Amino acid sequence: MKVKKGVGERLFEMVNAFILAVLSLVMLYPFWHELCLSFSSATEATRGGVFLLPREFTMQAYQLVTKNAFIWTSYANSIYTAVLTTGIGVLLTAMLAYGLSKKQVAGHRFLSFAVVFCMIFNGGLIPTYLTVKGLNLIDNLWALILMAIVTPYNTIIVKNFFSAMPSELEEAAFIDGAGPLRIFFQIIMPLSKAVLATVGLWIAVASWNNFMGPLIYMNSRENFTLPLYIRQVIDGQMLARTTGEGAQSAVESVIGATIIISVAPILCVYPFLQKYFVKGVMIGSVKG
Amino acid sequence: MNAIHGRTISVPKPQKQSGWKRFRKNFRVHKYYYLLMLPGIIALLVFRYVPMAGIVIAFKNFRIADGIFGSEWVGLKWFEMLFSNAEFTNVLFNTIYISILKIVFSFPAPILLALMINEVGHLKYKKVVQTTVYLPHFISWVVVGGIMMTILSPSVGVLSLFGAAKNPLLEPANFRWLVVISDIWKEAGWGTVVYLAAITSISPDLYEAATVDGATRFQKIWNITLPAISGTIAIMLILRTGSILSAGFDQMYVLQTPATMDVGDVLDTFVYRYGLAQGRFSYAAAAGLFQSVVGLILVSISNFVTAKMGQDGIW
Repeated sequence: MKVKKGVGERLFEMVNAFILAVLSLVMLYPFWHELCLSFSSATEATRGGVFLLPREFTMQAYQLVTKNAFIWTSYANSIYTAVLTTGIGVLLTAMLAYGLSKKQVAGHRFLSFAVVFCMIFNGGLIPTYLTVKGLNLIDNLWALILMAIVTPYNTIIVKNFFSAMPSELEEAAFIDGAGPLRIFFQIIMPLSKAVLATVGLWIAVASWNNFMGPLIYMNSRENFTLPLYIRQVIDGQMLARTTGEGAQSAVESVIGATIIISVAPILCVYPFLQKYFVKGVMIGSVKG
Repeated sequence: MNAIHGRTISVPKPQKQSGWKRFRKNFRVHKYYYLLMLPGIIALLVFRYVPMAGIVIAFKNFRIADGIFGSEWVGLKWFEMLFSNAEFTNVLFNTIYISILKIVFSFPAPILLALMINEVGHLKYKKVVQTTVYLPHFISWVVVGGIMMTILSPSVGVLSLFGAAKNPLLEPANFRWLVVISDIWKEAGWGTVVYLAAITSISPDLYEAATVDGATRFQKIWNITLPAISGTIAIMLILRTGSILSAGFDQMYVLQTPATMDVGDVLDTFVYRYGLAQGRFSYAAAAGLFQSVVGLILVSISNFVTAKMGQDGIW
């Protein structure tokens, strides 16, 4: 049954669509602005007035930024950390969630509560720092990896997904003589690709954007990840601006280029992977 | 293959056994499930529960050389020091102030946005809008901070069009509002996902019946959509209240400048500065513990209240 839309309805839809269009532009424009600045010449970028298109188009800022070896070190560290965290994280989260989803396992209720409890209470920054220090992981990228592999939220999302799976499949495999490990790795994991992909992407993004972790646990520049490096560039350029030094080092365009280089991987893959990000929330829901 | 290691075939009436014995038997039968859980449990134990035990240093005079157990007990000394310190009370005030602003303004933003997105009839357009508004969530605060500095800059930013003389991010009067606005800009879009997921489970029949009865769009939103997602709103609010004393480390650290320290210094950055930059571990741990405990109490209270109001809580 289709009811014809009245004038009021159509007006409502138009206004709604218009507001959303404006909001979308507000979300996108700052990135475009940085992009324009990064491709503008140093003087034009610093002079101001670059809003819609780059002025005096040049790649100078990018040449300047990419000449610095540390951006590549940071890039490599970020990739290394993100890949390992995601790989290990997805596996361990799925394994933990699978056990928690088994009602016949004694203590599954207690363990689930213990996982949720981490979400509402934590030891705080200092005790966590001392723990990491005690493990001799300060200034070691593995500190970032190990701390981020299992998060309570991800575990609960995956657990909810496993709990909702029909048990017939597992029972059939069990009757065919497959053990729990075999069932998990050969039947459950492949069937859960969607939710695992979502959780994997969350872990990857969290790792890529993690700023507090490296700020606290990494000391030497060889172990900087991208966010830490960007922070240093921005701080350095700000300092240069206030002291009036390095006028030709092109404050705005250098910051712009650094920012664009660091968000490029996310901007490139994001539109294609977006549906996976959302899917996990749909299947897992926030309900613990 | 190895059919011996299966699940238990459920025994109708287990004989009376001690709890420990039952657990041991259960453990033997299900050892592979425990094996699967083990690495994850270890990770949580080491990085979440060991630090919880490390909280004791808030009641000790911790020195690295003495170790956590060797350091002497000092009771509530650090807490007394904190609350008699004007800087700490100011930090506490800032934290609560910013959190309340965020709950009042940032919390409803994704709900409103989700309702608007849901009303878009054109599917392609809806997808484009969703993809766009989710984007800032995937950008780190460091980058967002850099972008804000630029876009608000009086020389190159959008504000230069209006002849602004100073970057508002550096002005104490505007700082907290910019914290809230940037929080909305970054997270409101992604926040809609949960609500849109809840909305998809509403039966279309409800809307059709309402249309037949001559309900307007606003009436349908108010009487059908909103009540249907109220449970989700409640859960999100419970989780949010728990973090009333954490204004978000990354955001605050990145946006703070010496000029805005007075209005922008919050508990997270206070703990970081005193604990790690100055090495006053116990003092900072006391502030951190205060933060965690208040969070726990608030979550419990709001969970209790929502349960009383007839909504599902988080546990």
